[in-house]
Amino acid sequence: MPIKQLTVFLENKLGRLAEVARILKKENINLQGFSTTEARDYGILRIVVSDPEKARDALKKDGFTTHVADAICVGVEDKPGELLQILDTLTEHEINVDYIYVIAGTRVVLSVPDIEKAERILKEKGFSVV
Amino acid sequence: MDLEFWNSEIELMKRDELEQLQLERFKKTLVNVYENTAFYKKRLDECGVNPYKFSDFTQMDQIPFTTKDDLRLNYPFELFAKPLNQIVRVHSSSGTTGNPTVVGYTKSDIKMWGEAVARQLFAIGLRPGDTIQNSYGYGLFTGGLGLHYGIEELGAIAVPVSGGNTERQIKIMQDFKTAAICCTPSYALYIAETGKEMGIDFGSTTLRAGIFGAEPWTDVMRTEIEQRLGIDAYDIYGLSEVMGPGVACECVYKNGLHISEDNFIAEIIDPKTEKRLSGGKTGELVFTTITKEGMPVIRYRTKDLTTINYDVCDCGRTHGRMKKPMGRSDDMLIIRGVNVFPSQIEEVLMKVRDIEPHYLIVVDKKNYLDFIEVWVEVSEDIFSEKMNVLEEFETSIEHKLYSSIGINIGVKLKEPKTIKRSEGKAKRVIDIRKGEKP
Repeated sequence: MPIKQLTVFLENKLGRLAEVARILKKENINLQGFSTTEARDYGILRIVVSDPEKARDALKKDGFTTHVADAICVGVEDKPGELLQILDTLTEHEINVDYIYVIAGTRVVLSVPDIEKAERILKEKGFSVV
Repeated sequence: MDLEFWNSEIELMKRDELEQLQLERFKKTLVNVYENTAFYKKRLDECGVNPYKFSDFTQMDQIPFTTKDDLRLNYPFELFAKPLNQIVRVHSSSGTTGNPTVVGYTKSDIKMWGEAVARQLFAIGLRPGDTIQNSYGYGLFTGGLGLHYGIEELGAIAVPVSGGNTERQIKIMQDFKTAAICCTPSYALYIAETGKEMGIDFGSTTLRAGIFGAEPWTDVMRTEIEQRLGIDAYDIYGLSEVMGPGVACECVYKNGLHISEDNFIAEIIDPKTEKRLSGGKTGELVFTTITKEGMPVIRYRTKDLTTINYDVCDCGRTHGRMKKPMGRSDDMLIIRGVNVFPSQIEEVLMKVRDIEPHYLIVVDKKNYLDFIEVWVEVSEDIFSEKMNVLEEFETSIEHKLYSSIGINIGVKLKEPKTIKRSEGKAKRVIDIRKGEKP
């Protein structure tokens, strides 16, 4: 099952990221992991939390533009070579990775054009897909 | 000051003689447009003014104004009063909704235009043998060719360098021993800045004058240009619908721009009531062409706000002097000499899928050059978690804006609610150059 990331649009302004963190703390929402992609004047924040809908509502109320996006989550061991195994499998099946990052519990979160297909392939190959 | 005149008979003509000349020329023009353009024939018939029986200017009030919309509606050539085989040039400016505006010139119009500009170049001290660098844009814009033909008529050396490539411009200035530069005032400051970085001491160059126009500029800017380039900076005014640059220009006294009153009748009107204003009041400038035959315009509303002083100037010229335009009676923006209407931008934005109508046009200056950008609020419809989708969204709007308007307008994505909501009419444009705040 793909996991739900909460993605947030942020202007590249002082304090915007802190504001997101402040709201999450206020709502007692725990961050499992996050990643940012930046352009010159804005960025996209991706966060993985236990309750993405609750986090989304709280952020929306404070005026943030958000979007819930699916991603694949794969459990890995904290040792050399784990990332390579995943990537080799995907490359073999000509699946391109759009973005990838790590969250707590040593899990890799990644997005690809066809999530369903990639999840299926990874599962078949024995990866512990969340 | 012992001044010389290109055409002293005209330039120093007594006021009553000048007005008589204007009346004769206006009558001819009225007959021309009545007989040769369906538009003006209908207009004059409807308002009951008989072009063959026009006696004096009191009847002027009866004639309705001509507007930019009239030109758009008659695109491209419907307002020409001469057959196409007598039109030797057209110029065009971008339109807002729908059509651009087109103006046409006969050979004698081109000669008249050249003479009008030559007269002004002569008035500020330029002479045959002087190298005059023309950095106004050449093309459909009237600035480039307008100055060019004036320089040639004067008998000076025209350097048709057009805009851009500033380092080369500066090299030409030194190598060709340029006496005067023609460009927008903001480009002049940009040249000054670039030259400074190149280590040029403008004070010791041959440059001694500049003819600046196509955009509003203050006396403070004039002082800065004069100091940084070591020149006298003169203001030139014009608009393509009436002719192009050269409708009016300052003399060496820099105390108002002399309107070429043997070629144009100027009026000042209240932009709201449309009544003529006298006594030096500020209002909207209206022009009637009285020597152009290819496409004369009668009572054309310029939307520029100014006043006219009819006292004889210290230089001796009797042609009225308009003040630098103090603003517009519409919302048109002038960005680096290019006219931009906010509605043009809005039109493009509204056609883009999913845009919430929350946007702001921001105008500012960087390194002396104007720039314009559009701030677009990222609503949930627009937001994508894929960075490349957002970037493509930005660039596709920028491309559409460029292809529609012809200048680069950057798009900045903003978080929701950064753009103020207003209760009444939304303020869609913030002009930081004027001290407004977003």
